[in-house]
Amino acid sequence: MAHFPKAHGVGEWLDHRLNITALKKVMMTEYWIPKDINFLWAMGMILAFTFKILLISGIFLLMYYKPDVNAAFDSVNYTIMQEVGYGWLFRHIHAVGASVIFLVIYIHMFTGIYYGSYKKGREMIWLSGMLLLILFSAEAFSGYMLPWGQMSYWAAYVITNIFGGIPLIGDELVVWIRGNFYVADATLTRFFMLHVLLVPLAIMGGIAFHFYTLRIPHVNNQTGEDIDFGKEAEKYKENPKRSKIIPFWPVFMAKDVFVLSVFLLFFFYLVFYNYGFAMDPVNFDPANGLKTPAHIYPEWYFLWSYEVLRGFFFDIGPLKAADIGLLAFGFAQAILLFMPWLDRSPTVAPANQRPYFRYWFWIMIVVLIVLTIYGKLPPTGTNAWIGFASSIAFIVMFAILPVITEKEARTVAGGKK
Amino acid sequence: MADKSRRAFMGKVLGATAGVGAVASLYAMKRTWDPLPSVISAGFTTVDLSPLEAGKLSVIKWRGKPVFLLKHTSDITTDEARDIVIGEDRYTVVIGLCTHLGCIPEWRENDKIFHCACHGGQYDPHARQTFGPPPRPLDIPPFSISGKTITLGDEGPEYKKMLTMA
Repeated sequence: MAHFPKAHGVGEWLDHRLNITALKKVMMTEYWIPKDINFLWAMGMILAFTFKILLISGIFLLMYYKPDVNAAFDSVNYTIMQEVGYGWLFRHIHAVGASVIFLVIYIHMFTGIYYGSYKKGREMIWLSGMLLLILFSAEAFSGYMLPWGQMSYWAAYVITNIFGGIPLIGDELVVWIRGNFYVADATLTRFFMLHVLLVPLAIMGGIAFHFYTLRIPHVNNQTGEDIDFGKEAEKYKENPKRSKIIPFWPVFMAKDVFVLSVFLLFFFYLVFYNYGFAMDPVNFDPANGLKTPAHIYPEWYFLWSYEVLRGFFFDIGPLKAADIGLLAFGFAQAILLFMPWLDRSPTVAPANQRPYFRYWFWIMIVVLIVLTIYGKLPPTGTNAWIGFASSIAFIVMFAILPVITEKEARTVAGGKK
Repeated sequence: MADKSRRAFMGKVLGATAGVGAVASLYAMKRTWDPLPSVISAGFTTVDLSPLEAGKLSVIKWRGKPVFLLKHTSDITTDEARDIVIGEDRYTVVIGLCTHLGCIPEWRENDKIFHCACHGGQYDPHARQTFGPPPRPLDIPPFSISGKTITLGDEGPEYKKMLTMA
């Protein structure tokens, strides 16, 4: 066994046994962050904090929620909303948090795309982030089912039905996922389990992994400069002002906490004064499998991919409209994973300094906004055609990305790195 | 060297045993999500068609879906590919979800049509689409006939014959 000298004080006693000083150095005081960053670099910490808010509010909701088709609706809309002290607050925090976390996820993602933070050496940061996006989507979908209102029911119906499009096993797979021939009690109880246990556990693991992927390549910076972190760390210890980096704790976190505070003002403003956007009125009707709502649409953060799913509304040759939509939907879900390889230019720089990518980036944002807006509108007349055109645009944008970035790589070759 | 091969052998044995255990566990886990026996038996619904009144629509629930039961009046034409014939009587038995977007159409007894309020689709008494966006007739659920009753969910010879005619 190791030798344990007499400790002077609790800190030293713990240090002998747990090596806290070294751990603190590695994780915090000597974990380096570039100086040349802006408020967009605080999104990760905002996400971690919002997840914590969701976890805590979820624990309080869990104590009164009943996962049973006969009891679920009332346990949320009567017990939690009207009887439990501050139950409404925890529900509104949970609903608003679930919506806002996707806003921040999208900002975080597009910050990464804008600054080229997924390029050589940083691919695993991007991939682990995309894994978290998938897990958060699963978490949002399974949670949306739990209040067992009309939108809960029909969202569950439509999404589980998507698996029916898989050749050969589709129909059996849908029944297996639902545990019944239709969305029923077995469906609710298994998605309840996924929402409160399995998916949150996976998310926590995913977050830890996502942090770890940053350790070796380090965080990108505003100009994409390739910083020698070892050398800059030495400089920081001599004179912090002359170094290009700062320690995570306490220097970086001080600024992060400021941005987080601004975010929380916005967040709690929504929770207290403007929570309606996260509480669809249709979902205040109890689930009814025999009555389809006039329009079924997902929450705002899934609208862009929902629009791609239904954008193809006519058959092309032997392909049925629904199958084309399903293929396009699959493409939309998977293609973002390949961002580090679709962007053929090695230049790590903000999009506005890249000759073609700058247009690609902003057009992509516009396409996604159009898809999001039209995803909510009924798919009839002109709407259907705009949906179709923007779905095509989305696919074309990713198809041309390797071409334009290849061209960019040749244009700037010999120029800067 | 002998020691090394012994360790490799033991590793292989461990790996194989753990592999079998993992596959067995996955199978057991998969089975927990299968529909329960009670759910499966509830998926077979037997209805006696004899008390139906001609021209009036009855709706029953089968596997969470509405099923339309319609006994034909004498002025409704015959449709060998879609009518269920029991003795002298002919019936339309279909899943009552519009094949356009899944709304539930209503039966208009005077006009002898199924009308879907969502997007104006219409079907004739055999539930074949006659107007609007529906891409195909209302679906016929699997059924079997026994005397005057039919069992929904069970694929009888009459249903299989219908499949070949569609």
